[in-house]
Amino acid sequence: MATETATHHDTDQHDHHDHHVDMTTADWDGGAPVFKASYGKLMMWYFLLSDAFTFAGFLIAYGALRFSMPSWPVPDFVFRLFPFAGDTVLPLIFVTVMTFVLLFSSYTMVRAVQEGHRENQRGVAAWMFLTIIGGAAFLGCQAWEWATLIGKEKMSVTKNPFGTHVESGAYLDASGNPSDEVFEPGASYLMHHISHHAHGDDHGGDHADDHGDAHDYEVGGIYKEAEVDDRGLIHRKYVVTSGADKGVVKMESYGPKAFGALFFFITGFHGFHVFSGVVFLIIIFVNVMSGLYVERKNGYEMVEKIGLYWHFVDLVWVFVFLVFYLL
Amino acid sequence: MSDIITYDEKVLIEENGFDDHFHDHHHEDKYKSNFISTYIFSMDHKMIARQFLITGMIWAIIGAAMSIIFRLQLGFPDESLAWLKPLLGKWITINAETGIGSLQPEFYYALVTMHGTIIVFFVLTAGLSGTFSNLLIPLQLGARDMASPFLNMLSYWFFFLASVIMFYSLFLSTGPFSGGWTAYPPLSALPQASIGSGAGMTLWTVSLVLFVVSVLLGGINYITTVLNLRTKGMTFWRMPLTIWAFFVTAILGLLSFPVLASGFFLLMCDRGLGTSFYLSEIFVGGAALDFAGGSPVLYQHLFWFLGHPEVYIIILPAMGLVSEVMAVHARKPIFGYKFMVYSILAIGFLSFIVWAHHMFMSGVNPFISNFFVVFTLIIAVPSAIKVFNWIATLYKGNLRLNTPMLFCIGFVSMFISGGLTGVFLGNSAIDIQMHDTYFVVAHFHIVMGIAAFFGMYAGVYHWYPRMFGRFMNETIGKIHFWATLIGAYAIFWPMHYLGLAGVPRRYYRFDSFDAFSSFSSMNQFITIAAIVVFFAQILMVINFFYSMYYGKKMTTKNPWGASTLEWTTPINAGHGNWDGNLPVVHRWPYDYGKNGQDFIPQIAPMAEGEEDSH
Repeated sequence: MATETATHHDTDQHDHHDHHVDMTTADWDGGAPVFKASYGKLMMWYFLLSDAFTFAGFLIAYGALRFSMPSWPVPDFVFRLFPFAGDTVLPLIFVTVMTFVLLFSSYTMVRAVQEGHRENQRGVAAWMFLTIIGGAAFLGCQAWEWATLIGKEKMSVTKNPFGTHVESGAYLDASGNPSDEVFEPGASYLMHHISHHAHGDDHGGDHADDHGDAHDYEVGGIYKEAEVDDRGLIHRKYVVTSGADKGVVKMESYGPKAFGALFFFITGFHGFHVFSGVVFLIIIFVNVMSGLYVERKNGYEMVEKIGLYWHFVDLVWVFVFLVFYLL
Repeated sequence: MSDIITYDEKVLIEENGFDDHFHDHHHEDKYKSNFISTYIFSMDHKMIARQFLITGMIWAIIGAAMSIIFRLQLGFPDESLAWLKPLLGKWITINAETGIGSLQPEFYYALVTMHGTIIVFFVLTAGLSGTFSNLLIPLQLGARDMASPFLNMLSYWFFFLASVIMFYSLFLSTGPFSGGWTAYPPLSALPQASIGSGAGMTLWTVSLVLFVVSVLLGGINYITTVLNLRTKGMTFWRMPLTIWAFFVTAILGLLSFPVLASGFFLLMCDRGLGTSFYLSEIFVGGAALDFAGGSPVLYQHLFWFLGHPEVYIIILPAMGLVSEVMAVHARKPIFGYKFMVYSILAIGFLSFIVWAHHMFMSGVNPFISNFFVVFTLIIAVPSAIKVFNWIATLYKGNLRLNTPMLFCIGFVSMFISGGLTGVFLGNSAIDIQMHDTYFVVAHFHIVMGIAAFFGMYAGVYHWYPRMFGRFMNETIGKIHFWATLIGAYAIFWPMHYLGLAGVPRRYYRFDSFDAFSSFSSMNQFITIAAIVVFFAQILMVINFFYSMYYGKKMTTKNPWGASTLEWTTPINAGHGNWDGNLPVVHRWPYDYGKNGQDFIPQIAPMAEGEEDSH
């Protein structure tokens, strides 16, 4: 009797179970799904739990490597560019947009699930469509971010041109004397690629690639004192102005290798999840449009399941965002 | 055995069971349409279980044969192995003058590595948990099949694919991976580090990533099935201990294997893309490599975060099988059922916070080691509870000393012997002396190798009739048991002494070390014992396949007089397990000897005034 009422508002689909057997059972006593959730939804939850551990493994690796390094690139400096804004410094603005797009797609996903519970085919389709757009837009943003880091700033999985000074110093000018371009510990630098510096460049390189990026030190060929490595990245020289090494001339070096590798690996792994999510969203969207789920009358459970996945991917992004962009 | 009251299961199920309309949907068994869908791409959990078991057995033979080859090297380093040349080819080099064939040291390492990988992952994870979780979860819970038969089938085929790739790697001209089953960097991360670190390691990693997929697909299915598909009346406290063990095992796998996959993905990047996750400044042949800032200890953390739960993924199913088989053949309720469950849960939880006890000598902070020492030693408490409960179950039992029961008793013996040395090794101070010696080899082989095999054998002999409708030969079974029990102790007992003397594991030969050359006769003894045990296992395999066709036929549904649900299905149950209604459960699974009755099946309703046994 109590069971009868309990099973009636349980709308999930159960393959093997009939609710109308006159047996007194509570949810955990067998014969009924626990948590009032179908096996498919439970499986999605457990898959997500395991996937959370995969990401946790990566983020722990990130933490372990990052905190074993003497310095780490400053996110405000690394992620400062915005499409079509040239070299205007807009720290973290672009990633904020990306994050907003992804989180908004979670909202549209919630609405799609809600319309599913109402068995409203058109509503589900519309909100799913917006979710697909949001996911694709996020992937587009990520593509731009990667393209900028790889193509323009020459970061790769093995070389990281973003560094942080650990001493105060002054860059050397063309004649080898300290210039008035000084820096303090904690100041960030980006090693520039030779192709961006056509003037006075006798090292070859792809001049057509020069977008005319204006950097202060280009004027007057200050980097003549610098060395260019075989990857075309410019190592500028500077004199240390304080501390134990005061007066020593040093050369800018690459930032911690692990930064680029971890960034591309972890955001790539997350991006792959988003990409898979978009593919599944499109498949389910097509099924929604075809009316496949109308017959099932199970509250568009497939939409709900992909929704769980989608929210999980967004949640993971929050952590990725935290460790790469905020900390 | 004389006064067994037989229950008419047909009456009990048809009158008290419930109709889940299964047969309305399946007028004829649509799965059994042809050979391929019955025997190959089967979605029937019983067939998948047999697939896991037989694949596991093939791997067990390969893995054990490898151990025989490297034991020959260790026991008789000066004898000619030229007779192995047809099998091993260029890995045996024959001295032109003396005609003595010797094993290539590189291949010795490959054999040791593959032996570990194969036995740990393919035999004792897939072959043990894969077989019995598949067979027993639906049957003992009263379910038609797993929650998702399709994912269950995929789980096997991912394992198969992993197997094929690993098997293929054995035939590479550079040999399979040879850097130890733990695959520590830099040997695993630098393709040029050793000959096995190139293509062999690539295939090893790909194979194990596919294996992780298999474990996850299986585990998600097992957990969901246990949660959602228990039949009516099958509360958690009425589940057999097998199911509890498989359930917790699946959770451990679900939470630990993904972390191994994380570690492998980073390893693949180091190998293929030149990243420095695990590689720091390193020189090969005098030349500096372009790696900086990585941490090999990071890999060890990620690996052992799986690696330690993994040993419980191996031993928990064996514990569950032993608990169940022992209660049946002792004709007694398992002693301390709830404590057994709580200790499974405690072991499962603790297994996640002890991983660094494998790394005491890797340069981890000694203060952090203290934490891991404490939790490692605490695991002895639930383990000891289980041991005492098994012994108490045997005490004053009406024991049937048949093969499954003998293997249960052997399991308890092995688990105690191996567990006690674990208490030694869990101490970080003692581990300074013991680390990477034969003491460790002896410890883990007894406690999670032999013990897990004994649990598996108990399960195979006990459920063989359920799987194949026939019995295995008892005489051969008993020969198998005694040869294995005595032989296993003969192999591993002396190894403790070797280890205490500091003999390191993974060495190719010892006679050039003054300190260790005096142990050559002990090594010969161990090798001879290993060969005997190997042939005892071959005997078991012959028994297994012989009995499939010529074994004594199973004539009643419930030959052991067991109370659990798998013995209420028809002798050759089809896909769906029960012909008509699903059984309904009214009591816990261990009502043996209650109120003067030999056993009361779980499907029997409580009698008037009868009280629950627990």
